[in-house]
Amino acid sequence: MLKTIAIRIALGFLTLWAVSILIFGATEILPGDVASAVLGQGATPETLAVFRHELGLDRPAYVRYLEWFFNALHGDLGIAMTNKRVIVETIAPRLSNTLFLAGYAALIAVPTSVVFGVAAAINEGKFVDRFVNIVSLMTISVPEFFIAYVLILYLAVQFEIFPSLSTVFPEMDFSEKIFIAALPAFTLTMLVMAHMLRMTRTSVLSIMSQPYVEMAFLKGLTRAQVIIRHALPNAAAPIISVIALNLAYLIVGVVVIEVVFVYPGIGQFMVDGVSKRDLPVVQACGLIFAGAFVGLNTVADVLAIMVNPRLRHPL
Amino acid sequence: MIATNKTILKLTDLRVEALSGTVLVDNVSLELKRGEVVGLIGESGAGKSTIGLASMVYARAGCRITGGKVEIDGEDIRLLDADGRRDRRGQRIAYIAQSAAASFNPAHRLMDQVIEMPVSHGLMTISEAKAWALELFRALDLPNPDTFGDRYPHQVSGGQLQRAMAAMAMSCRPDILVLDEPTTALDVTTQIEVLTLLKKLIRDYNMAALYITHDLAVVAQVSDRIMVLRHGKMVELGETAQILQAPKMDYTRALVAERKAADKLAVVSASNQAQPVIEAHNVVGIYGTFTAVKDVSISVARGETVAVVGESGSGKSSLARLIVGLLPRRAGEVKLHGEMLSADLKGRTRDELRKVQLIYQQPDVALNPRQTVGEIIGRPIEFYFNRSPENVKARVNKLLRLVGLPEDYAGRLSTALSGGQKQRVCIARALAAEPDVIICDEPTSALDQLVAEDILKLLKSLQDNLGVGYLFITHDLGIVRRIAHRTAVMLKGEIIAQGPTAKIFSPPFHPYTEQLLSSVPEMRTDWLDDVLAKRVLKSA
Repeated sequence: MLKTIAIRIALGFLTLWAVSILIFGATEILPGDVASAVLGQGATPETLAVFRHELGLDRPAYVRYLEWFFNALHGDLGIAMTNKRVIVETIAPRLSNTLFLAGYAALIAVPTSVVFGVAAAINEGKFVDRFVNIVSLMTISVPEFFIAYVLILYLAVQFEIFPSLSTVFPEMDFSEKIFIAALPAFTLTMLVMAHMLRMTRTSVLSIMSQPYVEMAFLKGLTRAQVIIRHALPNAAAPIISVIALNLAYLIVGVVVIEVVFVYPGIGQFMVDGVSKRDLPVVQACGLIFAGAFVGLNTVADVLAIMVNPRLRHPL
Repeated sequence: MIATNKTILKLTDLRVEALSGTVLVDNVSLELKRGEVVGLIGESGAGKSTIGLASMVYARAGCRITGGKVEIDGEDIRLLDADGRRDRRGQRIAYIAQSAAASFNPAHRLMDQVIEMPVSHGLMTISEAKAWALELFRALDLPNPDTFGDRYPHQVSGGQLQRAMAAMAMSCRPDILVLDEPTTALDVTTQIEVLTLLKKLIRDYNMAALYITHDLAVVAQVSDRIMVLRHGKMVELGETAQILQAPKMDYTRALVAERKAADKLAVVSASNQAQPVIEAHNVVGIYGTFTAVKDVSISVARGETVAVVGESGSGKSSLARLIVGLLPRRAGEVKLHGEMLSADLKGRTRDELRKVQLIYQQPDVALNPRQTVGEIIGRPIEFYFNRSPENVKARVNKLLRLVGLPEDYAGRLSTALSGGQKQRVCIARALAAEPDVIICDEPTSALDQLVAEDILKLLKSLQDNLGVGYLFITHDLGIVRRIAHRTAVMLKGEIIAQGPTAKIFSPPFHPYTEQLLSSVPEMRTDWLDDVLAKRVLKSA
């Protein structure tokens, strides 16, 4: 089993490396570069050339890629071209904000979706099942900003429970952060719950035709006992991978939510970077997003290997 | 029998219907006394499993119990609410399923599954249940009983799992056992052990049992009475000896006659030892680090049937895979008409592929459910012979007639056919390639007795007419005796005996062949006791 896991982790790194090439390549083929963005329309070809030389942009792409890649390996993501600040320093607090919000939402969303998914499976076809299905389907069918505004309208404006602006500062203490970030966390929860809930329900129900499930019923267990003890452990692998995908989404897909709630996360930072053509910033964000995606999926795969008793306990 | 002749389970006018309205069990009544075993026998679809489950007031998805009484100790448990029924399940009446491998949850240790029932019914504490489980493991002769429960289902053998399931069923000390084909998935030699233990268990704890099987010889060893079922109706109910020796109904007579035929050695004339069509010399097959086939040589001539017998895991299917090239051989050679075949499937020419065809054990999974019978049979004709569509159609019709199916079946989906019809389609598909050799991998073991008999007859007549050679892989010695010209016995990847069938099956035997032969249940009630007595004598 260790070998399988090691191979899976090595594959994760390989994927990340391939993604780094893609990110670099994508920013290369974008029209224009920092030089033209900074100097503006009026720059002469000569000044552009001088400026490019100064920034090292006139070197061949693979040299710049290797330099960027090895620096990134050392934790050095370069210097922002627009404001000359070290990217890592700017990104670190925003990344920790993003992770905080993602973790916050995940802590609510994952247990609720699994619990409701199992509850829906237990009551298949009954009211609970239909209700949960319809509500979760509604939440993924409407645009994310809509949910955000509805929550603001009711929970912030009408009942004044939570603040509508969620700008957190590093100086805030933890409980205050939890309070301020409540609305974006709720919004995200509603966005990601549907997938996980439905996958839990479907995976569990797909196990229900197995002979060992019939056996469990014949042992005189209740439907809830059968599902929780006998179906759920065998449905774990697909549930884990959907959870991982949604956790990754919580980290990389939250730009709109950040804008609506003025939350200082990494998504806004990347959008800024793109609009200013600050390529090192875009590359850095891209790399972090890719890292989150690949990392979480690798963890999910490793977990899926570990929950398989055949792999955990070979003969 | 012990004197407590009190009726413990009583089914009255039991009726089970599918939601579509089909009647699965039609007014069946049965009384079961303490200490008594009643065998339910019939072909698949006869409703025997449905009755077994219905006696626990359980109906599979898509079915429901629509009438009748299910009384345990005089109490009609059909009238109880859901909790009341659940309470009886496992506690009063317990179930032993056909495939232990599928009926144990792969995610939990055996001990946790065995003690689950008494603990969740609140009958015992966890430690009491564990102590009782250990006692049962010992009584059931499981190896290392103290640590057996720590293992996962995939870590123990099929026979051990079946015994673990018996322990699981016994965990609440039920009054009634429902045994649903408990030995069908086992090898003959393992079947004897499990059968003996089940019989002992039922006697020692003075339980009543419903024994469901399609094998008359097996049920004859354990049951006091036999109920013969067909299409959900009772055909005949009688003492075991009466059913075996003096069946009253025609259907029962056919079943008994067919099963007795399997015991006889048919006269299969030794084939003319012509030039072999396909021959394997000293082939070796390896999966990972496991050597499945060790240094095996075998050949099949035109018009000849060569049987490969052995228990599961003996490497007989791997040998077939080696010959067709699905499992590349590591050593040795395989020749077709004297020409060396590439080890790997990819290295073989289309014509070489055409001449060796396969028929699989499970016709259900060997046919594409989205294709019509015509497409399935037509495909190899297009692939190998490149015929025009009209030509293909004519040929498909001819093949359908050849395997005994009406021509209009060409337009049907394979899912609309019965098991036996599906296997006929598989045979037609193999014949479509006009092969010289067909490798038959247990082609009848998924079929009912009478259906299997028809398929065997078909294969035989096709051989007489077309001269095709068969490499026939099976674990069923009855089939081997009837159709094989030559037989090879496999054990742990090696052929331990090979020769004309008549010679293999007459003394002096190889010790393993003798063990195999003596393990095949015979159609008399005292067979099991006889075999055990002989084995005790031998080991003494």
